[in-house]
Amino acid sequence: MINKLINIFKKVNEDQNPWKDERSENVYAVAALFNTPNEIIHAAEKVSGDGYKDFDVNTPYPVHGMDDAMKLKPTRLGWFSFALGLTGTLTALSMIFYMNGIDYNNIIGGKPFFNFPPSIPVTFALTILFTGLTTAGVLIALFSKLPWLNNPLLDSDYSKATSQDKYGIYIKSSDPKFNQSEVENLFKSLGSSAVSLIYDSKVNEKKIKTPIFEAGFIKILIGVAIATSAITYITLNWLIFQPPFDWMVLQPKVLPQEKSKIFADGFGMREPVAGTVARGYMPYEYKGMPDSVVKLLSNPLPVNEKTLLTGQKRYDTYCSPCHGNYGKGDSRLRGQFPNPPSLLTDKLINWTDGNIYHVITNGQNVMSSYAKQISRDDRWAIVHYIRALQRSQNAKDSDLN
Amino acid sequence: MELQNKKEISGKVTTIGFILLGVGAILIAASFMVNKERAFFDYLIMYMFIISIALGSLALVALEYLVGANWSTPFRRISEFLSSMIPLLILLVIPVILGMHDLYHWTHQEAVETDPILKGKEPYLNNQFFFIRLGIYFVVWFLFFIAFIKNSKNQDKDGNVIYTKRNTTLSTVFAPVFMITLTFCAVDLMMSLEPHWYSTIYGVYYFAGTIVAAFASLTLISVLLKQNGYLDPRIGNDHFYSMGTMMFGFNIFWAYIAFSQLVLQWYADIPEETFWYMMRWEGSWKYVSLGLLFFHFVLPFLILLPRSVKTNLNRLKVMSIWLLVAHYLDLYWLIMPTYTHKAGLHGPVFGWNEIGFPLVIIGLFMIIFRRKSTKNNLMPVKDPKLEAGLNFHL
Repeated sequence: MINKLINIFKKVNEDQNPWKDERSENVYAVAALFNTPNEIIHAAEKVSGDGYKDFDVNTPYPVHGMDDAMKLKPTRLGWFSFALGLTGTLTALSMIFYMNGIDYNNIIGGKPFFNFPPSIPVTFALTILFTGLTTAGVLIALFSKLPWLNNPLLDSDYSKATSQDKYGIYIKSSDPKFNQSEVENLFKSLGSSAVSLIYDSKVNEKKIKTPIFEAGFIKILIGVAIATSAITYITLNWLIFQPPFDWMVLQPKVLPQEKSKIFADGFGMREPVAGTVARGYMPYEYKGMPDSVVKLLSNPLPVNEKTLLTGQKRYDTYCSPCHGNYGKGDSRLRGQFPNPPSLLTDKLINWTDGNIYHVITNGQNVMSSYAKQISRDDRWAIVHYIRALQRSQNAKDSDLN
Repeated sequence: MELQNKKEISGKVTTIGFILLGVGAILIAASFMVNKERAFFDYLIMYMFIISIALGSLALVALEYLVGANWSTPFRRISEFLSSMIPLLILLVIPVILGMHDLYHWTHQEAVETDPILKGKEPYLNNQFFFIRLGIYFVVWFLFFIAFIKNSKNQDKDGNVIYTKRNTTLSTVFAPVFMITLTFCAVDLMMSLEPHWYSTIYGVYYFAGTIVAAFASLTLISVLLKQNGYLDPRIGNDHFYSMGTMMFGFNIFWAYIAFSQLVLQWYADIPEETFWYMMRWEGSWKYVSLGLLFFHFVLPFLILLPRSVKTNLNRLKVMSIWLLVAHYLDLYWLIMPTYTHKAGLHGPVFGWNEIGFPLVIIGLFMIIFRRKSTKNNLMPVKDPKLEAGLNFHL
């Protein structure tokens, strides 16, 4: 089947190959082949010693000492890698700092929002990723000058030989010292087994539109898409429930709402021990009590910018979906629930702070208790904000003075 | 080419070695008289450092045979001479045994009786079994040391390949034995200082530091010999570059292991684990801990990163001394907090009491190295891999 796919691909390429190997009359380079690594080292030394600059060596494998023979300067690639790696480190740290420390605080195991130990693995990974990918990119783009698909060396006997068992060297015609016959004589005097001319390619890369959406390619693409989807579907729906992949799921712990064999009453979820209170939790003593008692509660928070901003934030999150952004009772729920009363009526304005707090904490009619979602201080802050809404929505002309 | 290994290392080395040893011994004696307990802890640091160099060097010898490396063959004798400290380890352990009551909390019988955790660990942490284990380590190390050195020395006479083959077989056995004994040795001698605490990665942590120290000492001595003209002229930048790379690589490995230990205990945040780190974070210990991070990893990482540092002998010399000091600091950081915590001090102690111990280490290694180098060839002259090693190019 794979052969069939490859054949589809090949056929298309042969029929309409825009890269047909046509050569011009211009000499691109003079190339020579040698039989042993020692000969190529000697040739490279001689060529660089004669003052040629625009030449290169092709060998089937890295040859020791070639850098010195060619008089190559140490590569600058390392500096690119270092700079990009450092960028990766800083990107990861600032990303984690912003996400976990500022934008989306999540309490995990009572740890600080941002801390170094858990950030290191991600930083490490991102440093490697940046270094690896961008080094490859820099290598390809800056040093190998790719994409350059019609390099005249391609499809020449010289390249076929150097990718098998020969050691090749070529001097480009762009070299200031280049003289065709001199170079040929130089290579022959060095004992080359084959000296050849390489002509410029006629293909103008910029004018060619590379066909992407060919029939064969589309077929392969669709095949890959179907195979990937099928594998994903089978993995997620069947494979992960088979042993041993389900070992992570099957744990001998009690999940919420489950039965338990350990406790006599059979409940997995436990009540707190009698007479104890969880840390940071203050029980509400006025649960279910009539308004007349609750009225006496007074708001412990001062009215200032910070309190009002907290109140606004919590109000917008928890209250505004039903009561509306300005407390007018214009819910955004579009009839899924009965519209709640306005918070700006005289009845509400005359309520005490304690009364409003009690409704938020205890719930009323359809509205349920919000004690679980909103902390005690934030509930009092909301009360302040509701007062501010009542005042601003009933503004009088005299306020302008 | 004629091998240049006829030149003898100057006798001054032994003289300086004995002076350092003498001065160090006097300081150590004074230290023991002034504050016995503190001196025992300092002695343990010194002892673990000597194990690091001696056993780490033997591991490098075995590693060369195991992977069939050529490039390090001209330097193998240096590692062999350094590992000649192994027979002395048996003598040097005596003060540790004498100071066991001061060093190890688990030797206090009355404390073990009332402590359920120590009681549970008693089948492992008791005097008899402790001595048996130490005995096993010394015997195993000593036998492997003798076998390796004997084969290597015999090869100098006739250059028979059979010796290389024997040592290669030996090293396949030594590799797991070395890892296991080193792990248990680190657990017994250092981790049991805090018998309530445990970390399953502790042995690897000590191993990482050991290999860094072994490579650093090999590099230091090779550079010194090269600069004074004792080494073959064919040994050049590519060899030293390789040593620098190994040092650099294993230093990163050390940081990786150290971080792995920290991050798991930080995440789990269980009091019976975190107290070990809290001891190293209280008072001015905090600065030692942060200093270790920068001095052992961050700065050497950045400095050793460029190729130009690894091919420059003077810079390489500085960095190898640096990493040896860093390993000493690492051991200090592992061992000393137990003493300061017991003594009720909330910070590290460092004074003249500590100075004698490093001097003794340097002195001992100088004397042993010079002694061995006069008796043996500085290079394995008939090793079949030597020629390839000398002509090694990257």
